[in-house]
Amino acid sequence: MSDATMKKLAVKEARKQQKSFKDCFKRDWQLYSLLLIPLFFCILFKYVPMAWLQIAFKDWKIKDGFFGGEWVGFEIFSKVFGHRNFVKSLRNTLLLNVLDLIVGFPMPIILALLLNEVKNIVFKKVTQTLLYLPHFLSWVIIGGLVYQLFSVNTGVVNALIQNAGGAPINFLQEDTNWLITYIVIGAWQSMGWGTIIYLASITSVNSELYEAARVDGANRWQQMLNVTLPCIRSTIVILLIMQLGKIMGGSFERIMALMNYATTEYTMTIPVLVYQWGIQDMKFSQSTALGLFQSVIGLILVLASDWIAKKLGEDGLV
Amino acid sequence: MAKQNANTKLNHVSNGSIAINVLIYAFITLVSLTCVLPYIHVIAKSLSSESYVIAKQVVLLPKGFTTEAYRKVFSDNSFIVSFGVTVLMTVLFTLMGMIITVCAAYPLSRKTLRGRKFLNLLFIFTMYFQGGMIPDYILMNKLGMLEKMASLVLPLAFSAYNLVIMKNSLESSIPDSLVESALIDGANHYTILGKIVLPLSKPILATLTLFYAVGRWNTYSDAMFYIKQNTALRPLQLKLYYLIVAATESIQGSINDVAVSTVTDPEILKAACIVFATVPIILVYPFVQKYFVQGTMIGAVKG
Repeated sequence: MSDATMKKLAVKEARKQQKSFKDCFKRDWQLYSLLLIPLFFCILFKYVPMAWLQIAFKDWKIKDGFFGGEWVGFEIFSKVFGHRNFVKSLRNTLLLNVLDLIVGFPMPIILALLLNEVKNIVFKKVTQTLLYLPHFLSWVIIGGLVYQLFSVNTGVVNALIQNAGGAPINFLQEDTNWLITYIVIGAWQSMGWGTIIYLASITSVNSELYEAARVDGANRWQQMLNVTLPCIRSTIVILLIMQLGKIMGGSFERIMALMNYATTEYTMTIPVLVYQWGIQDMKFSQSTALGLFQSVIGLILVLASDWIAKKLGEDGLV
Repeated sequence: MAKQNANTKLNHVSNGSIAINVLIYAFITLVSLTCVLPYIHVIAKSLSSESYVIAKQVVLLPKGFTTEAYRKVFSDNSFIVSFGVTVLMTVLFTLMGMIITVCAAYPLSRKTLRGRKFLNLLFIFTMYFQGGMIPDYILMNKLGMLEKMASLVLPLAFSAYNLVIMKNSLESSIPDSLVESALIDGANHYTILGKIVLPLSKPILATLTLFYAVGRWNTYSDAMFYIKQNTALRPLQLKLYYLIVAATESIQGSINDVAVSTVTDPEILKAACIVFATVPIILVYPFVQKYFVQGTMIGAVKG
């Protein structure tokens, strides 16, 4: 019998011994008292806002109370879906996330495979420390660095390009260039940190497999392709599925830090539109409806990806 | 014959290996440098004199070394205020977050607790579905917390992700028998938590403290929503956002100080601000990095 089933049996046994909830409470009241603090915070700051989602179905003003405003059914949603900016923001949200997936997803895998080939421990430690650094910088700082580097007039990259005799490139204020910069910066920011999970997965590969491959005459490239990669395949698949579950999401902070007023074609995503409608224009019902649309689709996608992951025999989320 | 074949193959492999090695090391070096060179460039810029920066001659080393940009930034009182606000906010938030996390994780790590599954689900669900930006804002409005420090300290202090990490860690590092025997000896759960569980969990406590602190230091969107009029309460990151990204504000050095008013190029001043705001992170980074890696590993194990 495996350890896990033994434990399960033990827990079941313990449950049987419990007589009633009253007895349990008598025994564990101290534990429940500890839980009061997190419960208070969780309910007030996570579940109460969920209850406020009701205003997406109401004609509601900020002066109204929780029960104020008139119910209007799905009227606000149809207004949102009919708005000219809605389709654009939906397209941009999907576009940015899909591009992130295509460009950003393979980078940590490639880096992890290459880092695994590095045998010099000092070199590995130093480069990993450098690679993790962008993960610790805020998006405002990264935004600032990007302007300092890539600005068309004052940026050092354009200065270097001009010194080399090239024409300056407007990295940030031209729609397509901005899109490329945004995606590359995102991949750059997350690539190092993303290697952690793959490197851990690689260390668990049975070293006998490499020995066998070597005996068969496989070179390092072949070992990487035919031993390492298949062994971390399940990690890759599960991370890919989880990433697909987030395809309707989007980092508000990242896009706010990298956007500017010269390029608006791709910057208007759903979170940005929610911000503009809600916080700036005070159209609370409309912006809540848009936010709710995004989070419901997001939840469905996450649950679907979790279900798929479980079907594939992975652990899943909950 | 077969043996000879294998031998030549092995030789061939080791020859090819060197070339591959060089390529791998070169690639990793290059990619790693992209992570640090931008920052070095900004440091160099912030320490250079204006004429060299305007002439775009500063790349990785300062030219015409001067600290005037920093003097001007420091003479802007609102910057010091923002820094103070950020430090206070980070300390309070981290303290709140740790109390909440410990108080939730210890009971939930007790396998015999009734309602454990339900409570777990209640907490974890918040990872996948939230009210979102506007309902959060309305709640802050109705609680009267807009334009107040409380709006930056309290709402995000409960983090389901950190709770999962703490709970997983406690379940794997604190044996049930240890708690049971302490209970039999007559200790109550508060004593067990304070005297046994927490002292045994120092690494994970350090990790989560850092998760909370660095997260709070770097986040600016909530401050952007909740702190609009009360400029004295702007955290550093939000101030930088208005200064650098939105470029709707500039650095106001003290007018009386003639020596500091010589730097006028906004690029140098922005560079100095970026360095100033990142110094705390950079200083602790080499020491805390390994805790972050460990925490991320525990978080990757299922919730």
